[in-house]
Amino acid sequence: MTEQTLTAADFIQFAKQTQAPLADLFEAVSSANNWQDRYRQLMQGAKLLPALPPELQTEAARVRGCESAAWLYHCQVEGKHLFIADSEARIVKGLIALLLHAVNNSDSQTLAQFEPKAYLKRLGLEGQLSPSRSNGLYALISRIIELSRE
Amino acid sequence: MSTPQLRAQFPALTQMLGDYPLVYLDTAATSQKPQRVLEAMARFYREDCANVHRAAHQLSARATQAYEAVRDALQHFIHAARREEIIFTHGTTEAINLLAWGLGERFGKDDLILVDSCAHHANLLPWQQLAKRSGARLEPIPLDKNLRLDKAAFSLLLQQKPKLVALSHVSNVLGTVNDIQALCQDIRAAGANSVVDGAQAVAHLPLDMQQLGCDFYAFSGHKMYGPSGIGVLWGRYELLDTLEPLLTGGEMIKTVSFQGSTFGDLPNRLEAGTPPIAEVIGLGEAVAFLKQQDRQALALAEQKLLSKLQQGLSAIAGVELYGAHRDNLGAVAFNLKGEHHQDVGILLDQQGIAVRCGHHCAMPLMSLMGIKGCCRASVGIYTDEQDIKRFLDALKASAELLGY
Repeated sequence: MTEQTLTAADFIQFAKQTQAPLADLFEAVSSANNWQDRYRQLMQGAKLLPALPPELQTEAARVRGCESAAWLYHCQVEGKHLFIADSEARIVKGLIALLLHAVNNSDSQTLAQFEPKAYLKRLGLEGQLSPSRSNGLYALISRIIELSRE
Repeated sequence: MSTPQLRAQFPALTQMLGDYPLVYLDTAATSQKPQRVLEAMARFYREDCANVHRAAHQLSARATQAYEAVRDALQHFIHAARREEIIFTHGTTEAINLLAWGLGERFGKDDLILVDSCAHHANLLPWQQLAKRSGARLEPIPLDKNLRLDKAAFSLLLQQKPKLVALSHVSNVLGTVNDIQALCQDIRAAGANSVVDGAQAVAHLPLDMQQLGCDFYAFSGHKMYGPSGIGVLWGRYELLDTLEPLLTGGEMIKTVSFQGSTFGDLPNRLEAGTPPIAEVIGLGEAVAFLKQQDRQALALAEQKLLSKLQQGLSAIAGVELYGAHRDNLGAVAFNLKGEHHQDVGILLDQQGIAVRCGHHCAMPLMSLMGIKGCCRASVGIYTDEQDIKRFLDALKASAELLGY
C-alpha cells in the first residue's frame, strides 16, 4: 500500500492478511471476562490492521461523526465487498477491526442482513454503538452499508 | 451547608454506571440540576402554565409575574443597573449572535474586531460572520507561553483602535481566567466596546457588572445549575437600546401595519416570540439556589479541589497539563502523552467517569497548542474529594491499560 491509490490487489491482500488474526480477535474479545480484558484485546486488535500511508489519510476518505480521524476505502471484486480502514485512535481502530471481521469479503446480500447491534452485543460492546457516541462506530457502519448499496 | 447535604440535592449524581458510581466531571459542558430547579419547572407546567405578557386571565398574570421576577433576581445577581438590561436568550451562543447582528450596521471596511485566542467558537464565529458581512478585519489576541492572554501584544493591538473586543472570562478548555476588570478599562480607554463570554465564570464567581466594567456580558443557565435553553445577554442600557433586533415578530413591537412597524422598548424589543417560560422559571430557581449558598466558602472549596486535580494529574506519569495555573477556575485540560484523547475518554467512561474529550469548540486554541484535542475534567458545586480520587485512580488504570 505505498501507491497513491489503492488497487483491487491491495484490498484482496488486506483481506487475506487480516482474516485469520481478526477471527482470533473476535474470539478473544467475546470471551473476555471483564472490560479491562475486553479493551486490552481491542487495543491489541488495532495492531492487526496495517496503517494507511499518510497520503491515503485524505479528507475524502474520512468518516464523518468521529471525534478521532478514521478513514474507510471500499471496492467490489467479483461480487464481494472489500474494505480497508484505519483510525488514529487505538480503541476506535480496534472497534473497526472487529467490524471488518464481520463485513469484509461479504456479498451485498450478507451485508444487507448484517445486524451491527446484535453483533456488538455478542462482543459485550453494545454500549459503543449509538448515534450520539463520538467514537464514529455508528457513522462507520452507516458508511459501510451505504457503500455496499451503491 | 456541608458538601454531602449539598450533593444530595442533585438527584442525577447518585446513579451507578454499570459497576461504577457516576463521577461527574463535565460541569463545564453542563452542570447537573438541583431538585428545586426541576421541581420549579414541573410546578410551572402543573399549576401556572400560560403565556406571558398577555395577562387577560389569572394564570397568565401569575406566569408573567413569576417570569418578570426572574429578571429582577438576575439584575441583583449580577448587579446590573437596570432590570431592562437583562435580555433572555436561549444561551450564550444566541446572546452573542444577537449582539453581533444588532451591532452589525455600525461596522464597515476599516473597522477592527479583536477576539481572544482561547474564545469558544460561540464568541468567535458571530464576529467572524460580522466581519464577513461588513468587510471589517478580525484579529486574534495572542496568548503568552503560559496560555494566558498576552498583555503586551494586547496593548499593541489596542493602539490600532479596534471597534470591539471579544473576551472569554474563563477559558472553557483550560480554566484560565482573564482579568476582565483591568482589560475592560484598557478597552474603554482605547475607545472600543467590550463583550465578555461569561459562560464558564457564572457558576464559579460572584458577578458584578458595575465592577467588571464591560459593555456586554453573556452567560448560559445550564452551566449554573439551571435548565438548558435559557441564557442571558446583559448590556449597558444605552448600548442595548440601539441594537437592531435579530428576531422580529410577536412581543417586541409597539405598532404594526403593512406600511411599517415600530418596535417596543427594552427588554421586549430584543425578546421576540414566546420565551422559554419554564426555563426562565428554572433559571430563577437556580439563582435562588446559588444565593442561598455561602459562595465564598464554596469557591474556596472548588479551588482546593481543582488544585488537587491539577496536582494529582501531574503526579501521573505521561500526563501533560495545559495552562494549569493556581488561579484557574473550574476546569483542567490534559492528555496522556502519545495517546489519543478519545481512547482515554472511552476507558474513563468504562469506569463511570464523565469528562469531555475533543476540541471543546476551541479549534484555534487547539492548533495554537499544537494538539488535535484533549481531555477536560471540570468541577462544580457538588464535586467532592471522592470524585477526584476516583477520577485519578481511573486515569491511572486507563494509563496502565494503554501500556504506561
